[in-house]
Formats: sequence, structure tokens, C-alpha cells
Amino acid sequence: MITFDNIHKSFGANNVLCGVDLIVDRGQSMVIIGGSGTGKSVLIKTVLGLVTPDNGKIFVNKQDMIHAKRDNFLSKFGMLFQGGALFDSMPVWQNVAFRLQRGHLKLPKTKAREIAIEKLRRVGLAPDVADRLPAELSGGMQKRVSLARAIAADPEIIFFDEPTTGLDPIMARVINDLIRKIVVEMGATAITITHDMASVATIADKVAMLHDGVIKWCGTLDDMAHSGNSHVDQFIHGRAEGPIKTLR
Amino acid sequence: MILSLIESIIALGRLVFGAFSALGRVVIFIITTLSHIFRPPFYPREFASAVMNVGYLSLPVVGITSIFTGAALALQIYSGGSRFNAPEVVPQIVAIGMVRELGPVLVGLMIAARVTSSITAELATMKVTEQIDALITLSTVPLKYLVLPRVLAGFLVGPILVGVADSVGILGGFLVATQTLGFNSATYILDTINFLTSADIISSLAKGAAFGFIATLMGCYYGLNSGRGAQGVGTATKSSVQAAAVLILAANFLLTAVFFTA
Repeated sequence: MITFDNIHKSFGANNVLCGVDLIVDRGQSMVIIGGSGTGKSVLIKTVLGLVTPDNGKIFVNKQDMIHAKRDNFLSKFGMLFQGGALFDSMPVWQNVAFRLQRGHLKLPKTKAREIAIEKLRRVGLAPDVADRLPAELSGGMQKRVSLARAIAADPEIIFFDEPTTGLDPIMARVINDLIRKIVVEMGATAITITHDMASVATIADKVAMLHDGVIKWCGTLDDMAHSGNSHVDQFIHGRAEGPIKTLR
Repeated sequence: MILSLIESIIALGRLVFGAFSALGRVVIFIITTLSHIFRPPFYPREFASAVMNVGYLSLPVVGITSIFTGAALALQIYSGGSRFNAPEVVPQIVAIGMVRELGPVLVGLMIAARVTSSITAELATMKVTEQIDALITLSTVPLKYLVLPRVLAGFLVGPILVGVADSVGILGGFLVATQTLGFNSATYILDTINFLTSADIISSLAKGAAFGFIATLMGCYYGLNSGRGAQGVGTATKSSVQAAAVLILAANFLLTAVFFTA
């Protein structure tokens, strides 16, 4: 279970998070929606220690993340970055097996490669992709490799930051289905950041709407369509009129 | 009048505060990086790759610049020495000039141009494309994985490059002196060997270590602290080369003062 308790974060005069409270239950797939620049990515980066909150607490399975020893808890996490964030100096299989070749999860090279190829197969990529460099792959293939890297060490918690951004609708559908399948099969707790409503419909058990630095609404996917929340209604229907300003 | 004076004092204060603040950040960066030297995990492959990039791949440019510099130095000293009837000092002055000053400084500036810029561009691009964040989420400390191998490689390979630059520079002077200025080969070599002291060579190699450290450190520091986007990468790269070149020349002065005036 992940608990965000009154998280605040400012960058200079820009107050991005102004008291976020959110609970994600174990094995649940939570999707956080909201406009661009509302702090969705910042929120998940606070859990990973990439951004330190100014105030508030984060608990993962009741353990305080801000004061925890980072090495111990990061091995429980997998993260799919918006741009893939693949290491362009190494071939695909080494990207996927990165965690399995270093630190306390280190495996022999042949075993690590074997697992990498199995994870690549799981995200729909052929073994011959393993020896190619990330720059030789299409955007959709890079996303899949990044997904394979995120699940390589069988993490308990996976974060997906805008998993379908920059992909065509067909590839976006493929990635959404893959994420849903992996989350269900692995029983992992997942938080997905997106403003793609197709992703929300495929991936989410629960949905939270982040706006003006706070969670405006949180509920199940089924409840979202009749939430009665003007922010959520405007967002899911993509209306220009409403409480969310179009000029940000 | 008083107002403008106060404004000037405030501006000066900001400048001094900014300089000390930057110095503090660099010192913390150095201490944090070096604190990882004896703590596992270790990354020998990254270290070997850095040695290859900083050292082996720098050899051609270091060799070419040194041989031309040594050759030009021999011509200059022969011409200058002739003004007070002492053209025979060419071997000694080429040797001392290359070993004490030109060899280390040339290597320092060549590393700054070739290695500092490439390290900054690489790390800054990794930062912009979230690869640094990805490293952290994969339980890898960027200072240990990216910075320490490069800085150690610079520190250890710098003296080797300086040794090469010194030797090749002296060879350049030797070739010009013996082929065009009429010096005897055996006498030239003996004069060179007899004139140089161990202090000359030690100071040269020490400068190489210091300059290699500074060049790679500046590359890493500016790379990991770059701004966003292509402009951020460009600015970081420019700043790192400038900082490395200035610090290398300042360190050269300080080390020369320490070795030869103390």
C-alpha cells in the first residue's frame, strides 16, 4: 500500500503540490489524471526519491519512504519513463537486465541475458531485438523495451509515466493492454500518470484527478463517468469550458 | 551617489557570495564522489571504458600537438639563443620547456577540449532524457557509476599522457635540431638526459594527474548540473570547457610555485 500524506512541493514561486493525500492499495492499479504541468510526474518522483517533498510523508507498506534507506526499497520498484530513458550506449538486453547485472540482485551474465530475452518476449519483442541499440528501434519498440526493463526484476510496485505519449493509437492500445496484462499477472501495485482517456479505461482500477496541487476527486473507474465533479467531467469529456483554465 | 554606491556594494556582495556558493557546491561534489572510492559496488567496466576514452583515444591529438610544439620550440630557441651567441642551449631548453610547462599544459588543454566537452555533453543529454533518473530508480548511484570512473581515469591517465607529450615534444625538437639545425644526435640526447632532473619529471607527472582530475571533474559536474533542453546541454558544455581550461592554467601556476619556488 502506498500512502501520500499531505505532500507539498514548490519550485521557486511555483507551488506544484499543495497537500496531496492519496492511498493506493496493494495490488491496485491507480491512474492519476490531470492537465499538463499539474505535478503528476512530480508526485510519483517523490516516492522514488527523485524529488524531495517540502512537506508531508510517504509510506510504502507502512514504511516511511523519505527517511528509508534508498537501496533497500528501490529494488521493489519498476518505472516506465515518459521518453523511455533507455541507456543509449548499451544494447537492448543490457538495458533490460541492468538491475540484474549490478548490486544485490546481480546474476551471471548468461542468466541475466536469458531473463532479459524472456521479458522482451513478454512485451511482444523478438529475441533478435536484444542485441540492437535503442536508437535503432521505433518509438513503440522503445516503450516496450522500457516496459521490459521496468518489470525485469519482478517489482512489487510499478510506475508508468505517460506510457502512450507520442505513440499512434494502435501502438498506444498495444501498450495499454500490455500494462494491464502485466499488472494483473504480476499482482503488482501500479500508479499510472496519463491524460489519455483510452489508457485510463484500459489500465485503471481506480482514478484520481490532480488539479491545483491537490487531489480533486478519487474513485473507481465505474464511478468516474458519473462522478458529479466538474473538474473530472470537463477533463474526461475534453471540454474547453469549465473550472479547469485552458490558459495555463 | 550614495544609492549607487550601495547598489555596487550589493552587486559585489552577490558576486562574492555566488562565487563561494559555487565553490562550495564543487567541493561537496568532489567529497561525495571520492567517498565512493572504497565502498562497493565497483564498476571496473565503466572505469576501463573511461580509461580508453580519456587516455587511449586522446593519444593521437596529444602526440600531434606535442611534436609540432617541440619542433617549433627548437626553432624559436635556436633563433632566440643566436641573439646572445648561445644557440647550443636548444636541447636543454626544449627539454625543460616541454617537461616543466608545455607538455602538462598541452595535455590539460587537449583533455579539456576533447574529453571535458564530450563528458559534459553525454551526461547532460542523459539528464535531459531522464537517463540519470532511470539510473537512480535502478538502484545505481550516478556519482559512483558515472562520475567516479571518469574522474579516476583522468587522474591516473593524465600523467601517462603527459609522459607521452613530454617524450614526443622532445622528439620533435630533436628531429628539427638534428635534421635542419646541424646538431649531433648523440650529443643532443646526452644534453637532454643530463639536464633534466627527477624534480622536473615528478612535477610534470603531478601536473598531469591534477589536470586530468580537473578536466574530467568539470565535465561531470557541469553535465550533471545542466539545464533543460538542447540549450541547457550547449551551455553546460561551453561552461565546462571554459572552467576546466581556466582551472588548469591556474593550477599550473600554483603547482609551478609549489615545486620550484618553495
